[in-house]
Amino acid sequence: MAKSKSKFLGTKINPSRFDKSQIKYLLILSPVVMFMTLPLIYIFNVAFKPLEELFFYPPRFFVQRFTLSNFVRLFSVTGASGIPMSRYLFNSIIVMILVLFFSVLISTMAGYALSKLNFKGKKFMNEINTIALMFVGIAVMIPRYLIVEKLGLVDNFFVHVLPYLAIPVGLFLVKQFIDQIPDEVIDAARIDGASEFQIYMKVILPLIKPAIATIMILSFQSVWNSADTSTIYINSDNLKTFAFYMNTLTAGTNGVAGQGMAAAASLIMFVPNFIIFLVMQSKVMDTMANSGIK
Amino acid sequence: MMIKSKRLHGNAQIKQQRIAYGFVFPYVLMFSIFIAIPVVVAIVLSFTYFDTVRPPTWVGFENYINLFTNDEIFMQKVLANTLKYAIIVGPGSYILSFMLAWLLAQLTPKVRTVLALIIYSPSLTGGITMAVLWRIIFAGDSAGYLNSVLLRLGLIVEPIVFLQSQEFLLTIMVIVTLWSSMGVGFLAMLAGILNVNKELYEAGYIDGIKNKFQEIIYITIPSIKPQMLFGAVMAIVGTFASAGIGVALSGSNPTPQYAGQLIVNHIEYYGFFKYEMGYAAALSVVLLLFIYLISRFAYKLFGSRD
Repeated sequence: MAKSKSKFLGTKINPSRFDKSQIKYLLILSPVVMFMTLPLIYIFNVAFKPLEELFFYPPRFFVQRFTLSNFVRLFSVTGASGIPMSRYLFNSIIVMILVLFFSVLISTMAGYALSKLNFKGKKFMNEINTIALMFVGIAVMIPRYLIVEKLGLVDNFFVHVLPYLAIPVGLFLVKQFIDQIPDEVIDAARIDGASEFQIYMKVILPLIKPAIATIMILSFQSVWNSADTSTIYINSDNLKTFAFYMNTLTAGTNGVAGQGMAAAASLIMFVPNFIIFLVMQSKVMDTMANSGIK
Repeated sequence: MMIKSKRLHGNAQIKQQRIAYGFVFPYVLMFSIFIAIPVVVAIVLSFTYFDTVRPPTWVGFENYINLFTNDEIFMQKVLANTLKYAIIVGPGSYILSFMLAWLLAQLTPKVRTVLALIIYSPSLTGGITMAVLWRIIFAGDSAGYLNSVLLRLGLIVEPIVFLQSQEFLLTIMVIVTLWSSMGVGFLAMLAGILNVNKELYEAGYIDGIKNKFQEIIYITIPSIKPQMLFGAVMAIVGTFASAGIGVALSGSNPTPQYAGQLIVNHIEYYGFFKYEMGYAAALSVVLLLFIYLISRFAYKLFGSRD
């Protein structure tokens, strides 16, 4: 008994303190972490290299004379095209806010109903949504275009928002989470006289913060990185988004001189992703570690 | 079915049903317009000839027959590439996600947060958006980063044109996709592992579990089945959704000598370059079916129902 007890402590998941036994895990992880970071460190260095360093032969990994000239050139190219870059950025931010708010709202509402309410067609809807998890958007690009056109959404700002609102993965995840909330919690609220909407707002939403954070990350990634919507559905330049603009800049740059600019553009694409994840991730991890539903 | 209605009767049941429809309506609407109807339209279009100018004409199974009997590129290159790519990237990214998540769960929160952030970050923008970075690393002249390293080490004499090469393109695609594949599935599994009730481990050791491996097999995996399944589906979808990487890397569709041509690129090529929408739709349907069948397998492994 004593032996198995001590063994158990040694295999504690999510330890609160550092222990020598963790060194082996760090050793296994370090090559993977290296492989993951190297390209990012590399792009960071290329983005801040002055032009003459980009021409160095043999090429050097680290930047020696740190400069912002790639960014300056990137921004001046933007200026020449007529529409200021701030316009694209503004569009992206508005799209982002709308998509994040509404995708979280509709998937948590649907998730609550699918998990805890009874209605005809619930089983069918669950099954359809589970099948839709395997949905790969690229595959139906053509019929999607025909439908968007029929709805009169071509060259309409909302075409940036509407197709991204129903995320089967988001709903699936939310439902999985709500399934873990015991029915007793909801029944107790019902006995206290809470309406379904109040239960959703006051009981469910606070308990599924990790899932909400994950949907937000998911939505952010698919929308922020996607240049497709601007390319396919939008003709007016002033309705296009930042990702599209960055893509047009990086697509045409093959020479060494363009590399610095392309790297700078990639960095600008990457950093907001990174920051939003940084904010969300700590929330996911904290909530997950502390609020395990027993 | 019987248990369900035990708490609610008559009017209450009907009232709850009406409220439930209100809750699901916005999602169902968006889902229908942008996911369900396009799939149905794709299936219908796959039985037609449609060049976007004239209205589609019904051709029955002709597109499918051509696909499997006349399209040599599809049978010899695209299908083979897709299988090779999917078999390595799909299970590869999945197993890697789980292993990394498990390893991270053994560490203290601060260290884990930093490492998780690093491992997850390439998937933030994905391989395609970051293709420009890989194009610099694998550039085909001696100034290309990898080429220059290999030249200096004396491993090669001439620079290798990696991204136009029949030999290397698919391998590079696999590497880049794996690099950016530690995404939401990885996070879900990490969160799942951290959330496993610790008493289960304690009980497991009392019941005679002897080592970490048994701990994973008998406690961790069964406890996080929903996350395992989620991770599996994410790995499958991610594999196919990122399949445009070959074109992004090599800069041309079709890829040089079809070295990195996958079904997704083939669809794009027929849809947007040749305007054979019916044929492209048939390819889409084949791809969707393919993904569906692989996913069924994952459901068999981890699904709680069947």
